[in-house]
Amino acid sequence: MVKWLLAWRYFRRRPISILAVAAVALCVFIVIVVMTIMNGLVRDFKQKNHDYAGDCVVDSDSLVGFGYYEAFLETLNRQPYIQAVSPAAKGVGLLSQPGSEWNIGIEIYGVDPVLHSRATGFGRTLHYHKDAPAEAFRPSYAPETDGCVVGIDMMAPRRQSDGGYYHAPQPFLMELTVSIFPLNARGGLLRAGTDMVSTKTFYYSDDSHSGLVKVDGAVVYVPLAQAQMLCGMDSPLRRVSAIHIRFREGTSAAAGTAKVRALWGEHCRQYEKEPGGDLLAGVRVQSWQENRRSIIAPMEKEQTMMTLLFLMLGVITVFIVFVVLYMIISHKSKDIGILKSIGTPVAEILWVFLLFSVFIGLIGSLLGSVAGWVFLAKINALEDWLFEHYQWQLWDRTVYAIGDIPNHVEPDVLAAVVGAAVVSCMVGALIPGLQAARRKPAQSLQVNQL
Amino acid sequence: MEPIIEANDLYKTYRMGKVRLDVLRGVNLAISRGQFAAIIGASGSGKSTLLHILGALDKPDSGAVRYKNQRLDNLRWGKLNHFRNKAVGFVFQFYHLLDELTVLENVMAPAMASVGVLGWLSLKPGARSRAMSLLERFGLKDRLRHKPYELSGGERQRVAIARALINEPPLLLADEPTGNLDSHTGYGILEALTELNRQGQTIVMVTHDERIAARAGRIIRLVDGKIKDVVLNQ
Repeated sequence: MVKWLLAWRYFRRRPISILAVAAVALCVFIVIVVMTIMNGLVRDFKQKNHDYAGDCVVDSDSLVGFGYYEAFLETLNRQPYIQAVSPAAKGVGLLSQPGSEWNIGIEIYGVDPVLHSRATGFGRTLHYHKDAPAEAFRPSYAPETDGCVVGIDMMAPRRQSDGGYYHAPQPFLMELTVSIFPLNARGGLLRAGTDMVSTKTFYYSDDSHSGLVKVDGAVVYVPLAQAQMLCGMDSPLRRVSAIHIRFREGTSAAAGTAKVRALWGEHCRQYEKEPGGDLLAGVRVQSWQENRRSIIAPMEKEQTMMTLLFLMLGVITVFIVFVVLYMIISHKSKDIGILKSIGTPVAEILWVFLLFSVFIGLIGSLLGSVAGWVFLAKINALEDWLFEHYQWQLWDRTVYAIGDIPNHVEPDVLAAVVGAAVVSCMVGALIPGLQAARRKPAQSLQVNQL
Repeated sequence: MEPIIEANDLYKTYRMGKVRLDVLRGVNLAISRGQFAAIIGASGSGKSTLLHILGALDKPDSGAVRYKNQRLDNLRWGKLNHFRNKAVGFVFQFYHLLDELTVLENVMAPAMASVGVLGWLSLKPGARSRAMSLLERFGLKDRLRHKPYELSGGERQRVAIARALINEPPLLLADEPTGNLDSHTGYGILEALTELNRQGQTIVMVTHDERIAARAGRIIRLVDGKIKDVVLNQ
């Protein structure tokens, strides 16, 4: 019992405790703010990639694509764990405006907008047809023409203040010409001579804001059949570049992907001998995490590095608590002798100092957490104010695909940081505490030691 | 009468740099139950070291200390703590009170030391009542909430005696209990110890003052680490 009383009194009556509490609070504040923002950014980025890819992707790096996909779509649609599938045809081309010198290299992505909205988050990325993706390729100003959905960064400027985009109430009239070299199933040019490039003009019908820079800055969505025609995937063997799959609720991406992989193996064995069947060998079946690994991994690595760097702050906490405890214990030689003379066990004496460090850790963490929570709650308002008055932003919204700064404090992150702070304090107290507990009572009580 | 504590052939040496100090050189001693013994000797004669060894705060290099026929040097940590907590009470020259605790808490500290939070809940009423009674007996009932630094030297020493008695130890060890007090206050402390002895408390007191030692029933003179003579007072 005496350990609780003494630890609390040491904590309350030692001005140096305030220094230790302040150090812990500062470390906790910084770590919570940084980890919340970094975790929020990474979580948001992963979610955007998940929305873009669906739960599982069957695709090939080849621009030629693969055939016999209709049969596989039928197989997939019969599976009870699959909610939606969406075939897509991909090609690389040039986007230009008739009568203008402007042009830009693009990735053309042919999809059925309804199927693609079911299998991925495509529908939610649209501005004008968010609630009616079936109309995505139908320009409101010319419903009978072929429309295209253009990555937002190719169409609209961003507001620097909040990263939002300027939009007209309705899509404005704009002709966009897509030019592509169509390839045959062997990867050669489909046509020779002056007709070697497929060109088609589309009308701007909507824009897509996925939040992924490479997608919003370079992808143009067109109807699947049009993309197949432009890329040379329409004949003689109808081909696609990818199949996006969404699993039903309760099926994990990993489990569902494993099942699809098995189905794909059977499908390959069935069609590998058919004409163009060799293209099936280059197709991968991946979960969305595997498919987007090269995009997500650098950000995760950055998050890990940032976390490690800021966890090093914990080392500073350990050191500060070590110094504080060392100073206190060197002044408490007499108390240790007294405690031993009244029969206090060694473990109890060690616990006096460990509890003292726990109080420092808990109070410091509490203060740091509250300060971090308040700061995060106000961080966007603060950034807006700084931008308004000093044109200063944490991230330039014209460069980074970030809207609001993530500020939702995750309970598990909070618990981990507070736990780590308390443990760090206890580690810092361990060595001086052990030294105190091991002291010989007669030595501690000598007058010249006091 | 059977001794409550006895020391056989105690040797203790300290090293201070290259100098070897033979503090105890074959001390034999037996204290009977109910005795008030004063160990007297000049500064550096080894009397405090002997008292620390008798109270298991220090260990001899050789020799044995027996408390109720049980050797203290063989005791494991748990039993050693139990001995310090229950069998013996210490009074030091410099009081050695815990500055962060109040007078009442200081007196209750030995009772708290041996139990956890739950154990303390059941023990607290009894310990508090005994602490209050001891403090009242020593004229400190108005000082319960005071901190040690708010007390005079004599008051502090009386608190230290109350603390030493809280667990009703059979043996009270006092190391120069009046050494830091003026003669009047020291006399009061000595009176308190004499009264305790009259009620049956066994006391071993270390002092360098012949007049103070004269109040004890038995005077043990320590010279150069050895017991020179033992005088019984009537």
